[in-house]
This record gives sequence, C-alpha cells and structure tokens, in this order.
Amino acid sequence: MLHQSDIHELKRIANQIRQDIIQELVHAGSGHSAGPLGMADIFTALYFQVLKHKPKKPEWADRDRLVLSNGHICPVQYATLARAGYFLAKELNTLRKLGSRLQGHPHRTSLPGIETTSGPLGSGLSQAIGMALGARMNHKKTRIICLMSDGEHQEGQTWEAIMFANKYHLDNLVAVIDRNNIQIDGFTEDVMPLEPLKKKYNSFGWHVIEIDGHNLQQIIDAFHKARKVTKKPTVIIAHTTPGKGVSFMENNPEWHGKPPTPEQAIIALKELTQEQQILEEEN
Amino acid sequence: MPINSHLKLVKNLDTPTQKPIRDGFGNALVELGPKKDVVVLCADLKESTRCEWFSKQFPKQFIESGVAEQNMASIGAGLALMGKIPFIASYAMFSPGRNWEQIRTTIAYNNVPVKIIGSHAGISVGPDGATHQALEDVAIMRTMPNMTVVVPCDTEEARKAAHALYQYNSPCYLRLAREKTAVITTAQTPFTIGKAEVLWTSKKPVCTIIANGPIVYEALVAARALEKKKIQVMVLNNHTVKPIDTATIVRAAKICGAVVTAEEHQIMGGMGSAVAEVLAQKHPVPIEFIGVHDCFGESGMPRELMQKFKLTHKDITLAVQRVIRRK
Repeated sequence: MLHQSDIHELKRIANQIRQDIIQELVHAGSGHSAGPLGMADIFTALYFQVLKHKPKKPEWADRDRLVLSNGHICPVQYATLARAGYFLAKELNTLRKLGSRLQGHPHRTSLPGIETTSGPLGSGLSQAIGMALGARMNHKKTRIICLMSDGEHQEGQTWEAIMFANKYHLDNLVAVIDRNNIQIDGFTEDVMPLEPLKKKYNSFGWHVIEIDGHNLQQIIDAFHKARKVTKKPTVIIAHTTPGKGVSFMENNPEWHGKPPTPEQAIIALKELTQEQQILEEEN
Repeated sequence: MPINSHLKLVKNLDTPTQKPIRDGFGNALVELGPKKDVVVLCADLKESTRCEWFSKQFPKQFIESGVAEQNMASIGAGLALMGKIPFIASYAMFSPGRNWEQIRTTIAYNNVPVKIIGSHAGISVGPDGATHQALEDVAIMRTMPNMTVVVPCDTEEARKAAHALYQYNSPCYLRLAREKTAVITTAQTPFTIGKAEVLWTSKKPVCTIIANGPIVYEALVAARALEKKKIQVMVLNNHTVKPIDTATIVRAAKICGAVVTAEEHQIMGGMGSAVAEVLAQKHPVPIEFIGVHDCFGESGMPRELMQKFKLTHKDITLAVQRVIRRK
C-alpha cells in the first residue's frame, strides 16, 4: 500500500497533466481530448511509480518499455514525459506545429522517451510483443507495458497479437486497455460490440485484472500483481471516464477526436484549477 | 565474348545450372545463424521460404508467427528495437502485400533494421495463379522512405544479398523468386548494395538492357542473339532498385543512347519506372519497358506465363530493335 500522502501527490500531478493536455490541445487547434484526459491517472502512476526509467538518460538499456498503441492520445504521454523531466513543459505548446518534436502521433526518433512509432491502430501490441521476446532473448528483466484502446480491438491485428503472446508465454508483458467505451463514431458497443472482453482475454490464455482506471492505488496494485504472474501475459482492463475532469467532456463521444475552443479551454482549466485547489487544501 | 570477365560469372552460360533463388537466401540464414542478434520469423511458410533450414539449426532464434503477416511485421519492429536483426519471411503477396501499412509505420518510419523477405514474387510462381503472383511489390516498397529494395538475379546473388542486408543498418526488402532459375554469378562475383554491375558490353553498344531478378539471364541470352544480328548492347544487372545506381545508369545511357528495362513486375512503378525517373532528369533517351502491362497473371507453367506475358529473351530482343529505331 502506498502512503496516503504519496497518493495525494500523484493526484496533484495527474491534475497538472490534465491542465497541460488542455493547453496543448488549444494551442494545437486539433487533436483528441477525451482519451488523454481519461488516461492521465494511469500515465501518472506509470511514470511516477511503476516504470523503471531515467528521464535524464532516456536510452538507459535496462529501462522498462512503454508502447502507446493508441497513439492518438499522445498529448497525455507528452505532458507526462515533460512533468517527469524528459523535456521542459513549455515545449508542450508546440504540439502538432511545424518543426515540433511533438508530432501529432508519436514518432520514435523525434522525441526522447518515445519508444516506438504508433498511431495507426492495432500495431502496438505486436511491437510490444517483439520487445518482450527481445528482452527475453537478451536475458533482461525489462518489463514491457502496452497501452491500448478498446476501439482498436476491432483491428484484426490486435487478435493476432493476443494469440501470439499466449503462445510464447510472455509474462514480461502487460497490456492496459483504456475501457472508456467511446470511439470516433460513437459508443464502442454500438460501433462494434466488444463484450464480454474479460472472458475473451481469459479464453485466449491471458491473466485478466479489472480496475477503476482513476483509482491510483488500484492502478499501482494491478501492476504489482501483474509482476507475480508467471508463464502468461497480463491484461489490465482499466475502466475510465473519457474526458475525465472536465464536466462537459466526460462520457461524450463527441470529444473523442476534437480539441477545445479557446473559450471551452478557459472553462476546462477553471474546473481543473478548482480541483487542484481542493487537493491542496486537503493536504 | 563481351561478358565482363572481372565479374567472374559462371563459365558455362549456354546451359547454366538451375537453382531456386530462395535457396541462396536459406543458405545465407544458416551461415548467419551463429550471430546472436539474428532472429528469423516466418508466417507458416518456413519450408517454402527456406527458413526451415535455419529453424532446425537455430530453434531459439526462430519464431513461428502463424498466418498473421501484420503481427509478424510489427513484432519484427519490436525485436529490432531491442537490438535484434529480424528477418521476416513470407510470400511477397502477403508480406509486403498484406502488411504494407505495418511495414510503413512500424519499420520504415520507425527506421529499424527489419529485413522483409518476399518470396514467390513475380509471375513465374506459376500454377497458383494471380492471387499469389506478386507483381506490385517493388512499386509499393520503393515508394517508402528509408526502405532499401533488392532483387537478386540468382541463388548466389540472393545469398550475398542476405549477408549484405544483415550488415545494412536500415529497413530492407529482399524479393525472391520461387522457381529454379539460371545461376549466372559465382561466389567471386562482386555484390554491393546500390551498385549495378555491367555484365556484358560490346565495343560499340547502341542500347543498354537494364534488368533484375531472373530476367537478367534472359537479357544475356537476348544480348547474344542481338550480337548475331550485328546489334551491340550492354547489359546491366540492376539488383538494387533503391537506392538506385544513378551514376552507372546515366553512364550507360550516355554511351548507348537507348535503354530497355526488364523485370518480372508491373511496368508501372517498378524498376523500369525507377530507371526512367533517373534518365528523364539526368539524360533523357528512348526507353522500352519489359514487364507486365497493367494486368493480373493467371495459372500456368512458369515458362508458358513468361511467354504469354512477353517476358522472355525474345521479347527483350524485339524491344531493343524497337528502341534503337526511336533514337
């Protein structure tokens, strides 16, 4: 169990990352809002608690690897990398601009801390599998974390990868599914039903953990539990609220693929600042 | 003989030995096996792609991916990111045919040294028919930034190409044919990625035949037939479609003033198009293209198909006669 003050600090960081996301998107004038906000808690837990990494030495050979398969939510990764110390937060405002290291979808050689290139859905888990096999062949204890969306399970390649990871007993691999139930065209269950997701993964030979993707203690515990699983890969199904923290964005598929206007950004930042103040008062 | 002697081609070009090009690749993998960074992945075609030889000797470095080429390509990318040199093998129709986007995003744009091996390429696959005859693979691969594209002419060149690609620290595509084809190069024949070789040259050549893959032998047969008709030519083995050897191609065009390109691929977008892109900019000369004319193949015996689709030495001979009239 983490100390209550640690959890509190993580919440403050997650809130800061949400504010950064709004700033990034309003400066960019395009991009995705709901997914990044929904994954801020998981990203905070990963970069500030779970992952073995060195922000000042991004190429450190023994680091854990994080693959962002649903690359379109990269504003949350960029904000987290900046807050973790990979680069200065002021660079976040260059997202999607000409000459920026912060490409519209993650590009490996553009920015330190980006382990691989992604964006077209369905290819991240396969890349993570390649890394997991490589780590095993190299006799390294490296952990590979692959973040995925629920919608990208409509891609056939995702299921090719799910089958493969079971065959090769990749217990150094953890997939995390952002189960936020939305995608560009609407609710995932209307576009293409995915349930029963847990049963599907179970029947493909994976160890499944389900959590509330906004409960930092649950998130961290899930990664600890995954470490103890042997001979099979683990998937963490994280139930999240798309647009989390901004009232008018929460649970609304409309916010999957668009940025706030400057006026909407002001309201969103006001809500998030208020939440940050409450967190500080609680401390 | 106008054969370029320092290339050390086989002595008997009249009745050369016939061997599958893919065998040379399979042998190279076995030779590369002791290198611990070599990993071979195959999509349920290990016997046909000749990866089986490697898999038996180096089982810990072999990964059977099942019939899932998209997954295989991206797994290759992940392995490369951990310091491996992965060779991913299938039929060209499926890899890069089916997994082009995964190759583009996770291998080429990612700029990782995965080696994509497309076997059973070209019309000479034969009886399997058009679904399995990759005729567009060079076009879709050479348009991809960071990608190197190599089309060896025989089994020995395929062996050397696989070794060279292992050393080449970038994404590469190696195109292989299924059928037994004439072996014209030897272990002593030089091979450098990006360097076209002048196999044949007469004193006063009036046309350069630029070929790659199994058709290189057809080009040599055509050159000899033309010699008898008092038409002197040069023959280039242009095994590397990308990066293309601009200097050698331009030099040949300047000497001869006319070009015929020959390949077992669609004319649109293939090696001939790459040559035309070079010459249109650097030294425009009349060009004729031997290749498949914007149509699908069909079932048949390889030789029958080569004849029907006009890919033989006779077609090359006629094309040379046509192009020199346009000078």
